[in-house]
Amino acid sequence: MLKKANLPARLSLLSAATALCCFAAACGQTGNDSETGAASKEDNTLVVLNYGKYLDPSVIRMFEEETGIDIKLEEYESPEEMYTKFTSGSIRYDVVCTSDYMVERLISEGAVAEIDFSGFEYYENLNPEIIRSAQIYDPESKYSMPYFYGTLGILYDTNLVPAEATESWSILWDETYADSIIMQNSVRDTFVPALRLLDYDINTEDQGQMEEAAALLIEQKPIVYAYYVDETADEVAAGNAAMALVYSGEAAYAAELNEDLAYTVPKEGSNLWIDSWFIPKNSAQKENAQTFLDFLCREDVAMVNFEYVWYGTPNLKVMEQLDEETLADATIFPTEEILSNCVVFKQFSQDTTDRYNYLWKMLKSE
Amino acid sequence: MYRLKRQFLAGPYLLWIAGFILLPLVFILYYAFTADGSFTFSQVAAIADPVHRKALFLALKLGFFCTLVCLLLAYPLCLILSRFHFRHQSFVVFLFILPMWMNFMLRILAWRLLLSNSGLINSLFELIGIGHVKLLNTQLSVVFGMVYDFLPFMVLPIYNSMARINKDVIEAARDLGANSATVLIKIVIPLTLSGIISGIIMVFVPALTSFVISDLLGGGKVLLIGNVIEQEFMQGMNWHLGSGLSVVLMIFVVVSMALLNTFEKEGGSAAVW
Repeated sequence: MLKKANLPARLSLLSAATALCCFAAACGQTGNDSETGAASKEDNTLVVLNYGKYLDPSVIRMFEEETGIDIKLEEYESPEEMYTKFTSGSIRYDVVCTSDYMVERLISEGAVAEIDFSGFEYYENLNPEIIRSAQIYDPESKYSMPYFYGTLGILYDTNLVPAEATESWSILWDETYADSIIMQNSVRDTFVPALRLLDYDINTEDQGQMEEAAALLIEQKPIVYAYYVDETADEVAAGNAAMALVYSGEAAYAAELNEDLAYTVPKEGSNLWIDSWFIPKNSAQKENAQTFLDFLCREDVAMVNFEYVWYGTPNLKVMEQLDEETLADATIFPTEEILSNCVVFKQFSQDTTDRYNYLWKMLKSE
Repeated sequence: MYRLKRQFLAGPYLLWIAGFILLPLVFILYYAFTADGSFTFSQVAAIADPVHRKALFLALKLGFFCTLVCLLLAYPLCLILSRFHFRHQSFVVFLFILPMWMNFMLRILAWRLLLSNSGLINSLFELIGIGHVKLLNTQLSVVFGMVYDFLPFMVLPIYNSMARINKDVIEAARDLGANSATVLIKIVIPLTLSGIISGIIMVFVPALTSFVISDLLGGGKVLLIGNVIEQEFMQGMNWHLGSGLSVVLMIFVVVSMALLNTFEKEGGSAAVW
């Protein structure tokens, strides 16, 4: 297995070599001129790396108009893909949003810069309780800023599936729903139902428990319609499947599209996720990045964003403006009872990650 | 002086090859034969792992069926197009190339909508009483998508080689008493062999190495060797293993091309690649 620390260095060498080779040959000069040229050109551009569909485009426009800072938005689908993009070093990102366990991993690798919250005007808008929950991966709350949070559960069509049946993850193994169950095309999420059904910790690193869970998932595969990521909610809303394993935010979005859909977090317990922003250590725009994060905390901006994403927001000022129906919607804001049953993902050791990836390939090749 | 200038014109292309084909190949080879900084065969040998072997065999199997179906569809079509003269003939050929004007991903996404559980085709099936059929996210739907995407690559070389056949040759065969079947087997097929070989290569190689079609029409349930490699690079962060498997896949591509090339030499004229 490759040593992580070597990789960025090796990759930058690779891209430098390619660039140098092209420039040197094309204009008969060394690459130095072009490097400084590129740096001055990017001066006022903030490169933002975020999940797809996770930031209202009008927020970007507002920020650009108010501050004169340009935003270049890069998107990704899964935390693992984000890690690859981030560490490959071909683009230098200035501010990144990703999931809890990935933030933890990058903090432990020393890739994350401290954020100076004292200069923030709107940081107080954030719910201290969520900041406290986030201390599982950022113990001193100095590297990251919570953006949205929620749970992992079952989105189902109430015409096809009785609500009581979704109280247990075992519904996902029920053959009467063959060919109409969608699972997540991401290792950790899809392992959650299997691990919880077996009553194992979703952060288990025990090889035997992992293999038992994998065997359970292999058993399930014939009745699975597909393993999707971003399109999961649309597929259920379109009636292509009776139920799906989704994040709570996607469930809320799907319910907007189709009134017959509902969401449950099964009683065996699940995953609580918190997506957070952080500023990479190698960002050359740390001040602009902090301005951007502060801007995201402002109540009107956070409101626009909340209405676009429909995930649980840690912004108290936004919650004050919401009606009771929205606040009572357990899909968006999980109840105390649900929360007590849910666990945040911990980052695995490299060996365990490799083992999960291998079990995942095994499942897919069945 | 003039010759020097002409050589200079090839410069951008040579740079392109060096920077974007040769250099990446060198990096892939470097990654494939190293681990933790020392030389090793283990990344390439990883193809023997049951999971990887299964994915490779599945890719070979689906690639084979895709090529076979393309050939069986394209050859009779080309025969009809080149033999029988009718009005707007070139328009019909144009119709077959027309889909290539649209991005192939978009076309595959359209098929995903059509084939899905509540899609147009299943709705139609239910309307006429056939009932619900599992169409999407199967090996069959992946092969279907491949055939749909790669068929023009089979039609064009075969049609070109058929259009080149001198009509006098066929007339001479008929004058000497050959019936249609004999003309087809003894004259037309041998003379279009180079087109067939080109077509097979141009369909089999992208089918063998594809990963996007199997992802979109396989719903993440059909794991081809291309998907394994993509996953190693994008998700697993294991560039050494990804490169090692890529090298194995390249070997399969080169060997299949070389095998077909031996047929070609008997057939005669030049191939596409």
